[in-house]
Amino acid sequence: MAKTVVLQRKPLSLSERTYLPQIVTGLKTTFSNMFKEKVTLQYPEEKPIIPKNYRGVPTLVKDPNGREKCVSCQLCEFVCPPKAIRITPGSVPEGEEDREHVEKAPQEFEINMLRCIYCGYCQEVCPEEAIYLQDEYSSSGYTREEMINNKEKLYELGGTLPDSHYKWDQKKTAEEQGNDH
Amino acid sequence: MFDFDMLLMVGLKFLFALLMIGAVMTMAGYSVLAERKVSAWMQGRVGPNRTVLPFIVHIPFVGKFLKGLGMFQPLADGLKFLFKEEMIPGHVNKLYYNLAPIVALVPALTTMTVLPFGEFFAEDGRTIPLMLANLEVGILFVLAVSSLGVYGIVLAGWSSNSKYPFLGGIRSSAQMISYELAMGLSLLPIFLWVSEPGTGAMGLSLVDIVNSQNDRAWLLLVQPLSALIFLIALFAETNRLPFDMPESETDLVGGFHTEYGGFKFGIFFVAEYAHIVVGSAIFTVIFLGGWHFLPWIADPWPATWVGTLLGIGWFLAKTIFLIFFFIWVRWTIPRFRYDQVMNLGWTKLLPLALLNLIFYVLLVTWLDQPTA
Amino acid sequence: MSSNGNSSMVTINLDGKEVDVPAGINIIEAAAIHGTEVPHYCYHPQLSVAGNCRMCLVEMGTPMRDRGTGEAILDKDGVQKIGWIPKPVIGCGTNVSPGMHVKTNSSMVTGSQEGIMEFLLVNHPLDCPICDQAGECRLQEFATDYGRGYSRYVERKNVKPKRTKLGPRVTLDDERCILCSRCIRFCQEVVDDDVLGFVDRGSFSTLTCFPGKELSNNYSLNTVDLCPVGALTSSDFRFKMRVWFLKESPSICTESSAGSNILVSSREGEIYRITPRRNDSVNDSWMTDSGRELYKQVKSDDRIITPSIDGESSTLADAISSASELLKDKKLAIVGSCRSTVEEQYLLTKLARNFKGKKFLRGHFGDDDGILLASDRTPNLRGALATGFSAKYPSDQLSDLSRALSKGQFDTLLVMGEDILDSGVTRDDLKGIKVVYLGTHRNETSALANVLIPTLTSFEKTGSFINRTFRLQSFKQAVPGPAGLLPDLHILASLINSLSEEVKQSADLAQIWKQLSKSATSIFHKLSFSSIPSEGFQLDGKKWSELDFVEKKALHFLPANQLQEA
Repeated sequence: MAKTVVLQRKPLSLSERTYLPQIVTGLKTTFSNMFKEKVTLQYPEEKPIIPKNYRGVPTLVKDPNGREKCVSCQLCEFVCPPKAIRITPGSVPEGEEDREHVEKAPQEFEINMLRCIYCGYCQEVCPEEAIYLQDEYSSSGYTREEMINNKEKLYELGGTLPDSHYKWDQKKTAEEQGNDH
Repeated sequence: MFDFDMLLMVGLKFLFALLMIGAVMTMAGYSVLAERKVSAWMQGRVGPNRTVLPFIVHIPFVGKFLKGLGMFQPLADGLKFLFKEEMIPGHVNKLYYNLAPIVALVPALTTMTVLPFGEFFAEDGRTIPLMLANLEVGILFVLAVSSLGVYGIVLAGWSSNSKYPFLGGIRSSAQMISYELAMGLSLLPIFLWVSEPGTGAMGLSLVDIVNSQNDRAWLLLVQPLSALIFLIALFAETNRLPFDMPESETDLVGGFHTEYGGFKFGIFFVAEYAHIVVGSAIFTVIFLGGWHFLPWIADPWPATWVGTLLGIGWFLAKTIFLIFFFIWVRWTIPRFRYDQVMNLGWTKLLPLALLNLIFYVLLVTWLDQPTA
Repeated sequence: MSSNGNSSMVTINLDGKEVDVPAGINIIEAAAIHGTEVPHYCYHPQLSVAGNCRMCLVEMGTPMRDRGTGEAILDKDGVQKIGWIPKPVIGCGTNVSPGMHVKTNSSMVTGSQEGIMEFLLVNHPLDCPICDQAGECRLQEFATDYGRGYSRYVERKNVKPKRTKLGPRVTLDDERCILCSRCIRFCQEVVDDDVLGFVDRGSFSTLTCFPGKELSNNYSLNTVDLCPVGALTSSDFRFKMRVWFLKESPSICTESSAGSNILVSSREGEIYRITPRRNDSVNDSWMTDSGRELYKQVKSDDRIITPSIDGESSTLADAISSASELLKDKKLAIVGSCRSTVEEQYLLTKLARNFKGKKFLRGHFGDDDGILLASDRTPNLRGALATGFSAKYPSDQLSDLSRALSKGQFDTLLVMGEDILDSGVTRDDLKGIKVVYLGTHRNETSALANVLIPTLTSFEKTGSFINRTFRLQSFKQAVPGPAGLLPDLHILASLINSLSEEVKQSADLAQIWKQLSKSATSIFHKLSFSSIPSEGFQLDGKKWSELDFVEKKALHFLPANQLQEA
């Protein structure tokens, strides 16, 4: 059985009961607030500082040598909760010195920004570190078609990110100098 | 046959009236801007600073400064109201629905006819007060007409045929009646004091009240309690926070103007701010010495047209401060509950005003007894 | 510990539980029967045992007997002692024997599995993101289930050729190969086309084609299915779609009367590949390469997708009603197809009866490869016999029809997807004759048709076929048909119904099968569509044993005359 405790409040003094001193204090507070530094951001001219781990528009990045990193493994397409990603896989044609050993690359890569929920699963699942949710946050268009980012647009948005792994370069080195008998 | 002087006077009065309307409406418009700007500052924001007229923006410094202050915002707001689609909901009583905004605006503009805002020094040494109509019963006129403003709100609330405006209208009428009494009672001691023998002032003329404060203490200092009661009642009469029961957007959506939009809503909006402007002016006239300089100090300006202009400017400065005070209070005190408003009006302010009256009756009687 | 009296069954002790298993099977199969998985790469139930991957290592022991006397050796409690073999044995190469004890999860077994997995992964490139096998890869599955989770191998991996074209349809990535030799055994044992082998030694062992040869036989893609890792990949399916997106629907191959059981893999209504479905009475786990190509006809350019009347495209309803106008009260000839399902042939027979049309049937024949490509290149010739559409065995020529046409015996033709112009009927024969054509693809006959009604391919509809052994096999719709089209059954039923108000033929399979199985003399007696088991239902084809079937002896098939001899 819960016990109800009635707290005894201190009776108000006469000046407190007129509320006038309190109102004056309040007026002082609001007045001093007028001279504080303004927090408004003049948006289109001033852009907010995007935190490092911000999840903006998903983009495709290239490695520092300008080669595409995506190998169209379609794990992002699989993991994407709203099914916003659509990949048409393709193969790297033989004869491209730089990356023919990678064998596979997307023919087309589409992310429907009307479906995307910016959850970042695609970035998390990517085994090649090719897809990143970067600091781009304003995505707009006049038609539904415009809101579907194709491969070209995704690479344009993504740019190049530093890559310390060079997984496929290591593979190529192994191929050229690897164990042979 | 023609009395040219008469014609001239009518023409002049007409021009005057137009000027006054222009001035009050402009002030109302800029009060809206002030409201937005001051609100923004008090909340750590910057407020409207985007609107600008072409050409003016190119004037170095000034253009930028005016833009930053949002000086052209009222123009944009007004135009927006003008160009918005006039929607009339299907369920309203059309006649009263259309009438209500006009009924709300007219009293606000009418009260200013008896409002003195300066004095003109004629060549023959006479001083002529600047006002449209120098009524002997000026203050009664103000009280009578300004309380007509409630009809606009009640009409709007009733004709909208919808629950929130209806509640807003009812609250408004109840609130007006409650505070009208305290307001009137708070002014009575003023007239007792002003009509005191030796001052030469008689009657209820606002000009006399102003002039009684020249070179002497302002009535605010003489009768602070009257001023406080009048000020509180003024807040209630103009539906300002903490008494904005008729609107109270948190519980009544938009109150009496929920069903209004476009220019009709704009008129309500302007009427509300016109009330504030006129209310501030009246408070300045009665308690802050009108166009006269500071308490106990004679007007430092010469008795020429320069003095007239400086007087008017001084008057405006006081009024603008009061308008600022209105906004200031808005962001300081939260809205009362409806029952608290009623409670304050009937059980606190009314007895207080009566006591105040009795005190001054006794005081004036004691002061007035012939020195034996 | 004795056998339970049934001579074909033996009792073994599997992980401490006494279980009965058929005699003669190996430990992997015995464990599988009782729900215990013994991981394996090189073992395949339909190939010989090689025992070279070592993944299926288990601990095994047999009851001890005295070597001299053969007496059972008992322990203190009077129970026969178990002689555990000190080293693990391979499950694939060890057959069960009475009283055998097997441990599949002892620490020795799990330790062996971890070791084997680590060795297998030593030279594996781990390029799962680009590997087509990812998702159905035994190496991936067993690495997570039985592997140690990390590798201690820090040295440089071996490099082997990638992207080797073994043949026109198979691409080899040697780095991924775990040397299980399934593909080699398949080529030797099933196809008898010995082209694959290992060269070099140790960790440099490499799968390759013998010099001057290539893996080009019609069963080469089965090596891709057999490959437990991503070493052998289909050049057609390579990099097309990840397998985890694919929906697999069981179906029947329509290439020939072998009726291979298949899985149709599709995503969002588009078919990406066809793989065999195991059925030990029909096709084991194999199918032909040519049969895998058949999905391409679904989206081919010459597919008919819009109905047309006299060359003008129309709605399906209009085409059907104008077809029924054409067919009514005419001298009608109906050319049926051995590619139609049993149900369609039944409705076509009924239609011929109601419209008083004469029935003609045409077959398609080719060479027999003795495995899964029968000389009868249609899936349902026996269905046409069983439903009574044709009483005699069809030939690939329609000379009867041609003769009748030239004599002017008919003025209207209803053709079910057959090109009659390449089977003895000439353009002159067809002069002045109205043709109604129902079919999936354009050909010369469809170009002449007055009314053209598109139908669906076997991937887009539901039905059943009767294969060369008179096995009734049903298949279900795998992908939706082109927008606006109806299954053949609906079209035939509405044609039948259009003749008179009294006839009400349902297009529902259950209803059609009620009609089919009504007669006590029918071989479908007491059957219903839903009761056909997934592995098929063996019908009694004795009634037609006199007919001259063209199929030769093949996998799970003996011609009727040889059957009697045997």
